Amino acid sequence: MNPVLEIRGLAKSFTMHLQGGVRIPVVAGVSFSVAPGECVVLGGPSGAGKSSILKMIFGNYRCDAGEIRVRNGDETVDVARAAPRRVLALRQETIGYVSQFLRAVPRVSARDVVAAPLADSGTPLDAARAEAERMMARLNLPERLWKLPPATFSGGEQQRVNLARGFLPDLPLLLLDEPTASLDAANREVVVELVKEKKARGVAVVAIAHDEDVRDAIADRIVDVSRFAAAAA
Amino acid sequence: MIAEAPLLVAEGLGKTYGRQLGCRDVSLALHEGEVLAVVGESGSGKSTLLHLLSAQLEPSVGRVLYRTRDGALRDLGEMTTAERKFLARTDWGFVHQDAAAGLRMAVSAGANVGERLMAVGARHYGRIRGAALDWLARVEIDPGRIDDAPRTFSGGMRQRLQIARNLVTKPRLVFMDEPTGGLDVSVQARLLDLLRGLVRELRLAAVVVTHDLAVARLLSHRMIVMKDGEVIEEGLTDQVLDDPREPYTQLLVSSVLPA
Repeated sequence: MNPVLEIRGLAKSFTMHLQGGVRIPVVAGVSFSVAPGECVVLGGPSGAGKSSILKMIFGNYRCDAGEIRVRNGDETVDVARAAPRRVLALRQETIGYVSQFLRAVPRVSARDVVAAPLADSGTPLDAARAEAERMMARLNLPERLWKLPPATFSGGEQQRVNLARGFLPDLPLLLLDEPTASLDAANREVVVELVKEKKARGVAVVAIAHDEDVRDAIADRIVDVSRFAAAAA
Repeated sequence: MIAEAPLLVAEGLGKTYGRQLGCRDVSLALHEGEVLAVVGESGSGKSTLLHLLSAQLEPSVGRVLYRTRDGALRDLGEMTTAERKFLARTDWGFVHQDAAAGLRMAVSAGANVGERLMAVGARHYGRIRGAALDWLARVEIDPGRIDDAPRTFSGGMRQRLQIARNLVTKPRLVFMDEPTGGLDVSVQARLLDLLRGLVRELRLAAVVVTHDLAVARLLSHRMIVMKDGEVIEEGLTDQVLDDPREPYTQLLVSSVLPA
């Protein structure tokens, strides 16, 4: 089956101009692909560049070299070279991303944070909010929190808001960065179920998961990122 | 979000004040529903750029094109003064940092909003007052204050009134110059949230000049970073802020004190 995501020769380094221009290599020669309904878990120790790879796929980090080909309907878009507007459209139509930490917006309720991606892509607000409530309930987020801004929530509560927001839209490619890091066993189990449902619907998933039980439950394949270690210049 | 023809295009824009450089060689395109942040420190040329884009200043070189409602891409420099003024009253909004510069401080809040409507031909008193009331509510100003003059308003209320005055004519493009500058942080958060909602709901295109990176992150899709009159970096807002490439952008991003 044609992959949803195909990465070839991807490289990333940071040049820290404020530290005398020191160059920090992150990864080089990253190549892998993900088919519909498949979950690839990125393996390797902290600092191997797993999060950076997810961020490059989402267009949040730039890349030094390589291609990130994402299937978008009938066409294929190379995120590494796409214009900003194209990347924004991809984020609405194709790529979902659950970051490690929620970026809270002042005054916006948890419910609206979760509903926003749906509302932005055209779902009427009331319907988007109803869906948001369903997803928050599923992730055991207490109803008394729904109308509050998540800035003051605990780490685990914020992560569940973030997860609800990321899992709600039905997009062909889902990126998960440590989705269960701050969750208890019951909620970890909910996340595993949600990932399995996505896979059953043909969604391609790329995840970072240090928790072995979660990893074993969701991974079809593990791509060890340490084999893409970049040499220091 | 993908509408192919841009709304506003700048080509090789430059401005010098005598021997003093305002800005140099700026090219950009803005589409409907898209918010562009222009960031940089004082003197970086960002206000000059905003004034050039909104035809309040004439460029020394280059040109600005605007797609009018009939679909034609028009060179602002070739329009008559009357045509440009008409655009400013109908298709555009301009939110000033100092609300007093964008409002008439001695007339009532309702008149401030209604005046923009009358400028585009509204004459029916009841309908104008109805629209003014509706807009006061949308910017969270107590409708009971409709007959009060903005000089009796707080800074945050004045800024929200200025936004209502600008948006009542359903503009397609809004220019904002430090829209939250000088406000208390709690007032800023409320205003930003309001602006974010309105921009999305009305599918406004906007150019927001700010030195506040948090404002840029919250409001904009794309951003450009200016230094010494030139654009030194541009891209998706989250990309520029999370993975800044240029030394000056890295300095800006790393200079923000986390709260």
